[in-house]
Amino acid sequence: MAENNRAVVKLRERFAASILDVKAFRGTVTVTVKKEAIVEICQYLKTGLAFNLLTDVTAVDYLGKQDPRFVAVYNLYSIPNKDRILIKAPVSEADCTIDSVTGLWSSALFLEREVYDLMGIKFNHHPDLRRILMTDDWVGHPLRKDYPLQGPDREPYKGRLS
Amino acid sequence: MAKEIMTVNMGPQHPSTHGVLRLVVELDGEIIEKITPHIGYLHRGVEKLSEHRTYHQTLPLTDRLDYLAPMSNNLGYVLAVEKLLGIEVPERAQTVRVIMAELTRLKSHLVWIACHALDIGAMTVFIYAFREREKVMQLYEKISGARMTSNYFRVGGLSADVYDGFEKDVQEIVDTFPGHFDTYEGLLTKNTIWLQRTIGNGVISAEDAIDFGITGPALRGSGVDWDLRRDNPYSGYEKYKFTVPVGEKCDTYDRYKVRLVEMREAVKIVQQALNDLKPGPVLADAPQVCYPPKENVYNSIEGLIHHFKIASEGFPVPEGEVYQSVEAPKGELGYYIVSDGGNKPYRMRIRPPSFVNLGAIEKMAKGAMIADLVAVIGTLDIVLGEIDR
Repeated sequence: MAENNRAVVKLRERFAASILDVKAFRGTVTVTVKKEAIVEICQYLKTGLAFNLLTDVTAVDYLGKQDPRFVAVYNLYSIPNKDRILIKAPVSEADCTIDSVTGLWSSALFLEREVYDLMGIKFNHHPDLRRILMTDDWVGHPLRKDYPLQGPDREPYKGRLS
Repeated sequence: MAKEIMTVNMGPQHPSTHGVLRLVVELDGEIIEKITPHIGYLHRGVEKLSEHRTYHQTLPLTDRLDYLAPMSNNLGYVLAVEKLLGIEVPERAQTVRVIMAELTRLKSHLVWIACHALDIGAMTVFIYAFREREKVMQLYEKISGARMTSNYFRVGGLSADVYDGFEKDVQEIVDTFPGHFDTYEGLLTKNTIWLQRTIGNGVISAEDAIDFGITGPALRGSGVDWDLRRDNPYSGYEKYKFTVPVGEKCDTYDRYKVRLVEMREAVKIVQQALNDLKPGPVLADAPQVCYPPKENVYNSIEGLIHHFKIASEGFPVPEGEVYQSVEAPKGELGYYIVSDGGNKPYRMRIRPPSFVNLGAIEKMAKGAMIADLVAVIGTLDIVLGEIDR
């Protein structure tokens, strides 16, 4: 099903070397690409295939499950075609950076700041990459899997003692 | 005379910031030069918490995102988990979900019109709109036991069937609300002060609105004809007829008109869904996921064990990832859930409409007077519980 998708066919034609994987699960098409090509591919999806709305930018931490550890997820929607596609780009822990798509969509200004704040992925060329939900002097990135749920300097919750 | 920039702090306790939004505004006289939003005062880490709770335990957290529209949040979450599981929800449950989601839209828009009008100086509307909102709140309390944190939907259907007399209460709302909307329109639509405060305020073109990722009524106010309920229907929305209003002038006044038409359309959807409501089960036939009926729990050991297993261990969800979005009152509310096959979400990302819409505030208010900023915050219809999560 994913192979017949309009966008997937076009992407395979143009960016064969950069595409790592194509998946479809319950109607959601996901294309995994190399992070070096993310801006180029998003540019093509926006101008060539009318994916004009950047709905969401987020990231998943696969600590101990996958290498590279992080995956940045871009959620694109095409208002003219009522079509959605997820673009994923693996990001390694050693080089925890990816190019910003703020040049293509202004919505990435806020969304990428949140990913930086909570997941610690740096976005190159982002004009204003500051923390957004946590305070400026916060240490660590709360959504990482090795960040403790109860916070950095508290004992883990052990359940009710009574 | 040399230009002098003055920095003014607005919020987080300012009454027009709808919660705990803080804006640092740089002013040249009264003209806005730059706005820096500071958010996160209400950050509770819902996404992090959900990674440590079972799917059923995560549901109450979603009530507390957009606390003016709890059932819309619940709906997006349960739809996402159902999509992961691949289970079908009975028709009656779907119809009740549509009724409640549309009543939630009314409830949320009533708070919007009340606070928006109050911010700009029309107090009467505030009192009237809260009177009507109370009707929806009472219905919420009767159906779920809570006025705000409803937690009524379940993965697979509803927590319980509707109470006796539900149809009558909903019908009363459907019959009376359009008249109340006429009252609001009578107070505002041709009110000179209202027109002066809203026409030409917070203009954002369709291209810019899409560029900033604005969704929902704020996008339709800029003339983009897009509504998830119609274009990517969920929960049986394809069965109902409704029009999607769009604006032309891209200003606060057009967004006001779009939301008012949306409220009238919501009433029409509720009426159609109510006519469509047929008896039947309200929970899917999926014993590994859904709680057993209460009489089984109290009367048989198998039922008790079943209940205990689901309450304590939850249920496993197949490995995979889905994105499911709904047209919440504020815009596109999406849930991106990654499952590793366990009983807890491996990662749950909430795509909050208010957060993304707030990103456009500088674009909309730059060059305007500081008093107009209050109107822009009102017209964006933000809720900080959802922005900060």
